[in-house]
Amino acid sequence: MNSVLKISNLHVNVGETPILKGVNIEIRQGEIHALMGPNGSGKSTLAYALAGHPNYTVTDGSIEIDGVNITEMEADERARLGMFLAFQYPVVIPGVKVADFLRHAVSNIRNPERKEGEGLMGMREFRKEIRERMNELGMDPEFARRYLNDGFSGGEKKRMEILQLAMLQPRFAILDETDSGLDSDAVRVVSEGLAKLSGPQMGVLIITHHERLLEFNPPQFTHVMLGGRIVETGDASLAHDLHANGYANIRARHPDAAAENAKAEAAAAV
Amino acid sequence: MSTDTPTKSDVEFGSYKYGFHDSMDNYAFKSRKGLDPEIVRQISEMKGEPSWMTEFRLESLAIFESRPMPNWGGDMTDLNFQDIFYYMKAANEQETSWEDVPEEIRRTYDRLGIPEAEKKYLAGVKAQYDSEVVYGSLQEDLSKQGVIFTDTDSALRDHPELFREYFGTVIPPGDNKFAALNSAVWSGGSFIYVPKGVKIEFPLQAYFRINSQNMGQFERTLIIVDEGAAIHYVEGCTAPTYSSNSLHSAVVEIIVKRGGRCRYTTIQNWSSNVYNLVTKRAMAYGDSLMEWIDGNLGSKLTMKYPAIWLMEPGARGETLSIAFAGEGQHQDAGAKMVHCAPNTSSRIISKSISRGGGRSSYRGLVKVHKDAVNCRSNVVCDALILDPASRSDTYPYIEVEEENVAIEHEASVSKIAEEQLFYLMSRGLSEAEASAMIVTGFIEPLVKELPMEYAVELNRLIELQMEGSVG
Repeated sequence: MNSVLKISNLHVNVGETPILKGVNIEIRQGEIHALMGPNGSGKSTLAYALAGHPNYTVTDGSIEIDGVNITEMEADERARLGMFLAFQYPVVIPGVKVADFLRHAVSNIRNPERKEGEGLMGMREFRKEIRERMNELGMDPEFARRYLNDGFSGGEKKRMEILQLAMLQPRFAILDETDSGLDSDAVRVVSEGLAKLSGPQMGVLIITHHERLLEFNPPQFTHVMLGGRIVETGDASLAHDLHANGYANIRARHPDAAAENAKAEAAAAV
Repeated sequence: MSTDTPTKSDVEFGSYKYGFHDSMDNYAFKSRKGLDPEIVRQISEMKGEPSWMTEFRLESLAIFESRPMPNWGGDMTDLNFQDIFYYMKAANEQETSWEDVPEEIRRTYDRLGIPEAEKKYLAGVKAQYDSEVVYGSLQEDLSKQGVIFTDTDSALRDHPELFREYFGTVIPPGDNKFAALNSAVWSGGSFIYVPKGVKIEFPLQAYFRINSQNMGQFERTLIIVDEGAAIHYVEGCTAPTYSSNSLHSAVVEIIVKRGGRCRYTTIQNWSSNVYNLVTKRAMAYGDSLMEWIDGNLGSKLTMKYPAIWLMEPGARGETLSIAFAGEGQHQDAGAKMVHCAPNTSSRIISKSISRGGGRSSYRGLVKVHKDAVNCRSNVVCDALILDPASRSDTYPYIEVEEENVAIEHEASVSKIAEEQLFYLMSRGLSEAEASAMIVTGFIEPLVKELPMEYAVELNRLIELQMEGSVG
């Protein structure tokens, strides 16, 4: 069973402002796609729109999983269909233990029909599993007792996102700059972790500025975003080129999109 | 006035299940509605009290009648003192029938998975929790150590000197109108004495007292922790507690002597017809520690400010309070810390939540007397307002008469952050589940201090409240 996440002509506004102006991508389970582009190009907007953030409005186009239109669905429905977003800046949830949170998350994902208050995964079973996953990721078991993202360093937050990925085993994982703000050791841990977790069951979209994450997770497809659209698609060598040489060539090849992007960057700077 | 059996004109007979008996004990007794010296005398007689207590009650009644209603706090305009029964003693069965218990409450018991027998007890349908077998041996252990743990009525009878030495010393009847009321008509409650150096390892719970009702309207609790002793006492429960009585006015007095430790945990969830007006105060002596853990979930109006008077150097006090106000509810809760001696410290953590039009307030006092040098006090009060119809207020009072002290006060008001909600929902939690999780995270500093089964029940109850299936 090879599921497809199909993004067709996606236009997304934040408030009144159009950010995405017609994005097209198809991601299959088992594929790794890299999404690169300068600041203001709309990469994070795409990530949030896919995850179903209420502030991001789809004004045209669609998002489908295996032909099912998910564009109107709430974030939790999408999660239960197998969508996952690893946040760039994971928010703190005070007073909520990692283990409690994960137990609820896992119970919902594995049993999408679950009603609130029922059918939580058994404690013993859950503990065993989370311990195994944390072991594989080289995480201290004490982590599970801490409050979600509260007082976590940047690296710890990113590892927490990967742990969630490991436990929830989504069909489609979007990683929003998971390697930014980390030292090389931390990047390596995250990259190796992802490499272990991805496989034929997972379609991955890696949003990144850097190449490091891609070293362990070489993409079959690299997309470049500029001015709210995907302007070029290539393979792993495109990623490598961008990392080495920056976006100057891209901007030169796509002047209209570059102009749009410049406007967006200026607006963001205000 | 003094007769062996009340005349028919004075009383209404309650449960007819067992018919009439000769012995007084088997009469179900209910005073007539209203409050006057005759009724107060009746109560004292029914209990067979010494004359000093009868006098005490009558004086208290006079004080109650002379005091005006408070012009702050909640709205008590609906409260009619003459329209209430002030004393009721059941024979074997309680007055309430299971059918009278509101539907939402019965449903909540089901959803909380509460066993049949316990449901009836909580709803006041059954006089006693069937815990004799389990807790009988506990009582033996305690008495071997010299611990006295009984109900207040029995304590007056069985330990008169000890009782009289401390009763009314922490909260005299003149303290406030409702302390005066309780002093006039008190019945039931716990009496605990822990001898020097005795440390009770496990929490003592109110329903260990198997020899009387626990849902008293006017409970009077007195706890004496002697030097170097330690106790944790737990009363109330998270499940909604149905009471056909609309006025509950309890008094709790605690004395913690030098080096002693006392933690008093209450989780109260009275049904939404109840006015819950409570005076709780502890005196903490040298190097002692007193902690109030106070959870207020139900009732129409709760006014409760657990207080600690730090009497001698080295005394420490802490109050953790949460108040959850739903539709039609007003929780006016908080704490009071009074520093009467140098080198004392206090901490108040208050978490209030309001939803569905509820109103949740923090009302607190930190007072430092002159010459109480080197004191530290820290107050954190956080409010979470869950929707635009709901309301939260803060009334912090700080009265410091000494310069050489460190007093801190932090307050915050928030709503459920959209980003937090989105984060949890993106992991498959429904909006209701995510909101409940954020709320339980908000009160976690208090919940982690509760005995396990309370913590679990409390979290479960919050979840139900957030689903909107509980009123």
